[in-house]
Amino acid sequence: MITNDQELIVDPDPPRPAQTPPPPIRRIRVDREPTVAPPPPPAAGAAAPANGAAPTSVAARPARGPGGPERMSIDGLSVFYGDNEAVKQVSLPVRQGEVLALIGPSGCGKTTLLRTLNRLTELTASARRAGAVRLDGTDIDDIEVTTLRRRVSMVFQQPNPFPMSIFDNVAYALREQGTKRPSKKVLEPYVVDALQRAGLYDEVSRDLSHPALRLSGGQQQRLCIARALAAGPEVLLMDEPCSALDPKSTAVIEDLILELRESLAIVIVTHNLQQAHRVGDQVAFMYLGDLVEYGTAEQVFGAPRAERTRDYIRGSFG
Amino acid sequence: MATATRPPLPPLRPPSDAGGRPPRKRRRNESIGTWRWTDRIGYAAMWGAGLLLVAIGIGIVGYMAFRGVQYLRPSLLFSHPQPDLDQSKSGGFLDPLLGTVILTVIGITIATPLAVAAATWIVEYGRPTWLARIVDSGIEIIAGTPDIVIALFGLVLFQQSFFGWMSFRAEDGAVFGRSFLTAGAMMALLALPMVFAATREGLQSIPQHVREASYALGKTRAATIRRVLLPSVRANISTGAALGMGRIAGDTAIVVVLLGATLQLDPQGAVPGLRTLTGTGGTLTSYVYNNSPAGEGNAPQKAYAAAFVLLLIVIALNFAVDFIARRGARTGLETSRLGAR
Repeated sequence: MITNDQELIVDPDPPRPAQTPPPPIRRIRVDREPTVAPPPPPAAGAAAPANGAAPTSVAARPARGPGGPERMSIDGLSVFYGDNEAVKQVSLPVRQGEVLALIGPSGCGKTTLLRTLNRLTELTASARRAGAVRLDGTDIDDIEVTTLRRRVSMVFQQPNPFPMSIFDNVAYALREQGTKRPSKKVLEPYVVDALQRAGLYDEVSRDLSHPALRLSGGQQQRLCIARALAAGPEVLLMDEPCSALDPKSTAVIEDLILELRESLAIVIVTHNLQQAHRVGDQVAFMYLGDLVEYGTAEQVFGAPRAERTRDYIRGSFG
Repeated sequence: MATATRPPLPPLRPPSDAGGRPPRKRRRNESIGTWRWTDRIGYAAMWGAGLLLVAIGIGIVGYMAFRGVQYLRPSLLFSHPQPDLDQSKSGGFLDPLLGTVILTVIGITIATPLAVAAATWIVEYGRPTWLARIVDSGIEIIAGTPDIVIALFGLVLFQQSFFGWMSFRAEDGAVFGRSFLTAGAMMALLALPMVFAATREGLQSIPQHVREASYALGKTRAATIRRVLLPSVRANISTGAALGMGRIAGDTAIVVVLLGATLQLDPQGAVPGLRTLTGTGGTLTSYVYNNSPAGEGNAPQKAYAAAFVLLLIVIALNFAVDFIARRGARTGLETSRLGAR
């Protein structure tokens, strides 16, 4: 009997099959190219029922040219935690009407970069920031922080509805703090509108007073999106919004992102390269705090310029 | 072997199970017979301790129920106690029952806001750190102080003329220092650590990203605490408050020292509604003590009946705690379901 070790040494085959199956991202491209060729008009994509879409389907995604006006500009941004530089000299535009996907291995600073955009990093005592982030030309330090966070709202990795009713969760974002609380009747149209934009209204319209924590994980996450939308943001930050969800809920939320793109600038952090490819118009690849590559999704995934990007999207590391 | 394209994978499990039988099929409960004898003694001791405590609990409740049912009459609950050696004329324990209720309400009303505020500050602000540590130790010291010491301290404190309005003054102007208000204030110190601990635990179990979700909607820290965090820990606060109320209802030392442990409610002062609160009185605990063979009343039947009522109150509070916790779990209000991180 030959032992395994010997056979491994004698037979040169085993290493090879590891390379032959195409990396997952290529398979997506094959799926995608025929669907992109006849680009459906955006309205048709938005009108398509979102719920039935399979997670890997990219048919709903309309082709995009360059995005609209620049809403946020990140200019030479560095973020430090103590002495550790988590984000190094990053410059990026965030444009109206397009999805910017931040990808990169764990700990590369993409979430930190995202949290800097609405000054959530300031909650960490050791965090310092250098460089400028502007919202419509105004430095975000010059905007009152609660105003900034309403204009640049955020959805988190874990669905985190508050322990109150569905209605109150959305209304929470609408109610001004300190002043007189507006009545339920006044708020209702806004709550319904936010729930509709998040694609959740049809599922919960009968039980708006039910506790939000009884919803499923995917519904909870869409409720969180509705809550963020109710604040009336111009930029929506999403920190791995689907990583705690099942594939079907993921597909629903991805379709939602593509719909919301029309009215907002969206920045999404994702570990899922296929997702970045599916929803991202522009993709930024970060590695150890550096912005390695920035370009359209087609360019970054199809013809990456940097060696690191190529290795990463092929799954060599990360 | 020449046609083999890939080497056979090594077996996933070490080939220890002879006969190739999957180990799962051999699943059998482990037998205590294979344990070391010290482990067996420990195992028996754990069972024994559990059973012993259950037996003691059942014994206390059962005996008090037996005696209580034997002597408890509805009229006892609704008649005032009278100082009479003849037990048929010495009345019931309406006054001590009311005293227990009043004292518990005063104590928990003072303790809950203080404890919730302190816990919120510790968890949500907690800076400077040295101050937070001092506050923490301070509450621990209060929790560890014997109630008789708290009672004595309260007597010294409330006999200062500054606190004269809380009790009443003797004819020469000396402050008596004993009243429902003063006793309730000191009782609050007994309940405070329990409400504090429960609230702090609840707040700490709320994941950070829930707070950040609120901040990310442009909410201030104050709005987050008031609208998200405190509503989230409502069940924890209630649990702590119910435990604290049980502690107050069961305490005797403070009643004896600061409330007078009188037989009847003894209103003092001029303000009509406030007269009871600034007056002295007794509670079920002091009534039981006074009527027990150790006290002066020597009416054990009434002591048993009152003790049974007290026990029922405390057991009811315990069930309330349990109910609150369970209801929280059912409506998804308890904090652990807010997310794993």
